[in-house]
Amino acid sequence: MAYRVHTVVPMAVDTRTDRRPSSYAGILWHSTVGKKTAMAVSGIVMLLYLVAHMLGNLKIFFGAAEFDGYAHWLRTIGEPFLHHEWFLWIARVVLLAAVVVHAVAAYQLSRRDIAARPQKYVHKKPRASYATRTMRWGGIILGLFIVWHILDLTTLTVNPRAEAGHPYANVVATFSTWYGNVIYIVAMLALGLHIRHGFWSAAQTLGANRPGRDRTLKAIANLLALVLTLGFIAVPVSVMTGVVS
Amino acid sequence: MNLTLRIWRQSGPDSAGRMTEYDVRDISPEMSFLEMLDTLNEELILRGEEPVAFDHDCREGICGACGMVINGEAHGPERTTTCQLHMRHFDDGDTIDIEPWRASAFPVVKDLVVDRTAFDRIIGSGGYITAPTGSAPEAHATPVPKPAADTAFEHAECIGCGACVAACPNGSAMLFTSAKVVHLNSLPQGAPERESRVLDMVGQMDDEGFGGCTNTGECATACPKGIPLFSITKMNREFVRAARKA
Repeated sequence: MAYRVHTVVPMAVDTRTDRRPSSYAGILWHSTVGKKTAMAVSGIVMLLYLVAHMLGNLKIFFGAAEFDGYAHWLRTIGEPFLHHEWFLWIARVVLLAAVVVHAVAAYQLSRRDIAARPQKYVHKKPRASYATRTMRWGGIILGLFIVWHILDLTTLTVNPRAEAGHPYANVVATFSTWYGNVIYIVAMLALGLHIRHGFWSAAQTLGANRPGRDRTLKAIANLLALVLTLGFIAVPVSVMTGVVS
Repeated sequence: MNLTLRIWRQSGPDSAGRMTEYDVRDISPEMSFLEMLDTLNEELILRGEEPVAFDHDCREGICGACGMVINGEAHGPERTTTCQLHMRHFDDGDTIDIEPWRASAFPVVKDLVVDRTAFDRIIGSGGYITAPTGSAPEAHATPVPKPAADTAFEHAECIGCGACVAACPNGSAMLFTSAKVVHLNSLPQGAPERESRVLDMVGQMDDEGFGGCTNTGECATACPKGIPLFSITKMNREFVRAARKA
């Protein structure tokens, strides 16, 4: 294989050590590759949470007593080592940090990406998969959904029933409204697409992918996306069809 | 073959450009894409018009000089360089759109010519090994394991044409940079600068204004030398390792 040596433009072969951040976190955050790493890690944290969240939601099929009991138990995890609700608050802080890191990195990287291709091609060709192309919009939809979801079922600010300590009744109330169902189902479809590309992409970014693993990772990404989407959507569908009331 | 070409014409770096339509007649299917453009240019010169500027050199698919976006695809519909793309892949009566590489790090110089010196600066920041030159080293002094040699060779195939940047929706140079990093970091000769190489080259790549990787895979699809997407995965791994050690 012959490859020609490029004409090298005379330039100072300067080391960049003077300009390089000195800390591990600094090096990561100040480069596109490192920022993607932060996105991948925060994404996986959120994904693990979502698996637990989805499994917990399914308790709604065992009746109000078990569902409300489960919700109450969440507040007692770690007792007596932890004070009442401390575990919940620790989880909330970790999740908030993950959301903030993920969103800030996504915003900064997206701005950079858009600036790097200021002029579009006149001749457009269909690009990438639907899941890949909808990552940014999907992420924005999910961010807005999280705000609504917390106002609806955590703070109960916008919940039609808003009965503290009775999550079963509140969930049924939300999914008895048409807009509650629409918002939730649209967001869960966006979530499925986001995970479909996001999980595999995180494996790429973290350097965990290999030629021999690629198909398996893509299969896991599809499975996670499908199971999470169906698991979450099962709740509003059951309320709508009267299975849960 | 008779074809209609719509070509991006731009007289200089700061002037506004636009797509201009040309008809070319009696194109042989055996011609390369560049020979077809030569035919157009000869006609334009005879008519007293400005010929279409485009980069080219070896016309053998190994130098990386040529490259244009043909019908929205870097180097056109075949997985090869523009010089090795033949007109038999088009049909009589086709309209072909020809545009320059689009990326803010690759500003248009004229028509289809873009300034790719950003790539040279990425190479200059770490795409080399530090070794005394002048006398060839003894070939067996540094044993290279076969798998490492194969990996290095696969990545050394990169000709730096810039198709990866042109194809990427983010104008990212990750595939180019990773090809160079993986090539040298796989070899024992590259080991002394293993960490500084990846940190400096990624740093330079970012400084040049290239976008980041969103794993669309467009780069590896467009690459005429078949640099795999796993090259980027490997560079990510090298980068995080180097950041930890720094």
